[in-house]
Amino acid sequence: MHIAVCIKQVPDSAQIRVHPVTNTIMRQGVPAIVNPFDLFALEEALRIKDQSGATITVLTMGPPQAEDALRKCLSYGADRAILITDKVFSGADTLATSYVLASALRTLDAQQPLDLIFTGKQTIDGDTAQVGPGIAIRLGYQLLTYVSAIRELNVDARQIFVERRAEGGVQVLQSTLPAVITMLEGANEMRFADMPGMFRAARQEVERWDREAAGIADIKQVGLKGSPTAVAQVFGPKPKAVKAVRIEGDTPVALADAFVERLFTDFPQLEDALLDHLDQLADLGAKS
Amino acid sequence: MEKFDVIVVGAGPSGNGAAYTLAKAGLKVLQLERGESPGTKNVQGAILYSDALEKLIPDFRDSAPLERHVAEQRMWLMDENQSCTGASYRDARFSQEPFNRYTIIRSRFDRWFSEQVKAAGALVVCETTVTGLLRDDAGKVIGVRTEREQGDILADCVILADGANALVGSRAGLRPPIDGKDMALAVKEVLFLPKETLEARFNVGNKQGVVIEIAGNITHGMAGTGFLYTNKDSISIGIGCMLNDLKRQQLTPYQLLEGLKQHPSVAPLIAGAEMKEYSAHLIPEGGYKALPQLVGDGWMIVGDSAGFVNAVHREGSNLAMTSGRFAAECLIELHQAGKPATAANLSGYKQRLDDSFVMADLKKYQHVPDLLNDQPQFLNLYPRLVSDAARDMLIVDGQTKRAKQQHIMAQFRNKRSLLGLLGDAYRFWRAFR
Repeated sequence: MHIAVCIKQVPDSAQIRVHPVTNTIMRQGVPAIVNPFDLFALEEALRIKDQSGATITVLTMGPPQAEDALRKCLSYGADRAILITDKVFSGADTLATSYVLASALRTLDAQQPLDLIFTGKQTIDGDTAQVGPGIAIRLGYQLLTYVSAIRELNVDARQIFVERRAEGGVQVLQSTLPAVITMLEGANEMRFADMPGMFRAARQEVERWDREAAGIADIKQVGLKGSPTAVAQVFGPKPKAVKAVRIEGDTPVALADAFVERLFTDFPQLEDALLDHLDQLADLGAKS
Repeated sequence: MEKFDVIVVGAGPSGNGAAYTLAKAGLKVLQLERGESPGTKNVQGAILYSDALEKLIPDFRDSAPLERHVAEQRMWLMDENQSCTGASYRDARFSQEPFNRYTIIRSRFDRWFSEQVKAAGALVVCETTVTGLLRDDAGKVIGVRTEREQGDILADCVILADGANALVGSRAGLRPPIDGKDMALAVKEVLFLPKETLEARFNVGNKQGVVIEIAGNITHGMAGTGFLYTNKDSISIGIGCMLNDLKRQQLTPYQLLEGLKQHPSVAPLIAGAEMKEYSAHLIPEGGYKALPQLVGDGWMIVGDSAGFVNAVHREGSNLAMTSGRFAAECLIELHQAGKPATAANLSGYKQRLDDSFVMADLKKYQHVPDLLNDQPQFLNLYPRLVSDAARDMLIVDGQTKRAKQQHIMAQFRNKRSLLGLLGDAYRFWRAFR
């Protein structure tokens, strides 16, 4: 069983700010983390490894400093880490990224056949959710998106059953292997690495693949050149210009009264709704 | 269970100084850091003193992320009337290579420093908190316990470079817990300002920087100082006071920092700057008298954890790096001679400290903390009298200069008797001699 987990190093979006003038993201001083959705993917892969044994290879395409994110994955229990890095990859959109990752995964598959590929459902910086599906299409693998749980995995029969969150309910899907799974948040909880894991992460070599090692066939499909996406405008959301109102009262009762008074003054439609509701209650009362 | 020659707890200047030296000498070194990466938990003004780092990494200037070299030093004294009496010292030699002092941003600098430690061969593991020490039956420290599963790790010697809180040593009973009277609490902001604006405001050229040390009423009579340092395209501004004073006066450090930022002499320098970073940290300023026991069977304490801070000259990171290096050198000697890390053998570390500027300087100023604690006039009365005197002399109002001088002297005598003045002069001299 060989599982690949594709991850991305992203700026911690909780700490990011948009430059007031240029509207560009100010990354300086913002810590880089493993895309949180990818950790659900990695943990799911680790659980399969715990249960039935597997080799887990984590991959990322990114700048040299993305090595930190891969080391983190090694500490949790991944067996092998590959950083796909080359200057020509920079400026890639999801199309170019999935091309590079698919090429690298094909190379990896030739070394040791892949059974499953995991990714997070999306990244927190791009939010597109396109790279996972892009990889599946390019490799011709089955695609299972927004997976919330793996019900059953039968490697010998080359079958997997998963639960997939869909509008209005949960779908249970059966698929053949190999497949690409994009994991939903909350599907599991990432483990706390043990000390031997930390030692391994600090010691183990992170392999670096340039475009040649990754087996990139068409240089025109990578990086900025291979990215047809054009960003027309970037802007920060404007906060709503509604001011908070301070409501005062000497006692809790007075405070509650003042609050209700204010609520009904500001939203007169509430009164109608309340009256309707009372009427309905009265009707019900009368009927019973 | 893994076993190392030495475990260094903490990746600040002292831990890095120790781990770097040890790894370079070929010892099997593990460095544990609780922060996400080295530097995320570390706070300093920050001025880097070249000498201490040069003794570790002679060619550090080629690769270390340095902001500006210090070309000018200003000393400001503030009073409650929002006045500022100051002196500045600029020396052309300050701007001749090799530079003596640099402003740095610790998060970047520490990352770099840690890279050097790793390159020297130490194993650096972050996000791992040491919760306790392992001991053998005789009480000798033989390793550490971390909060991770299978987290016990053995070593011949443990170097505690765990910072101002000194949690590991205190919990293990190797030293008393830190005392609020010995601790300063400092807060700091990094404010972004375009390079050109910054250089124009501070009257400096490319890569030149200004250091402003600020004392007086900004601390509301508490022992403490403020500072303002120029980085490449940002300003570090901060203020620190003794923890017990803050508690007694019910003041928070950020209130003091706001006061400093709004001071008419400071506000124009930082106008329009955008805050990038906010941080706070404890500084052990107890000095010589507050030093704990520094070595024992299988352990040594270095850096802030030991209290190696010269509060008078605002030095700490250089003492930290140097103490880390000394601890390492002592251990390397023992290792090469095949001797165990007993308390007696490790006293070579203490000897190195005694023979160096570290202990000499700490001894020299050992009375200063008491002086500032017991004699509040140095903090509230004198700054005001000095600024009053400056104002009296500078205002042109038709009075004779002699009358002005007499008035100033009378002011000093009024506020503090002649005997008091003489006594203070003696106390001051004794504390700083």
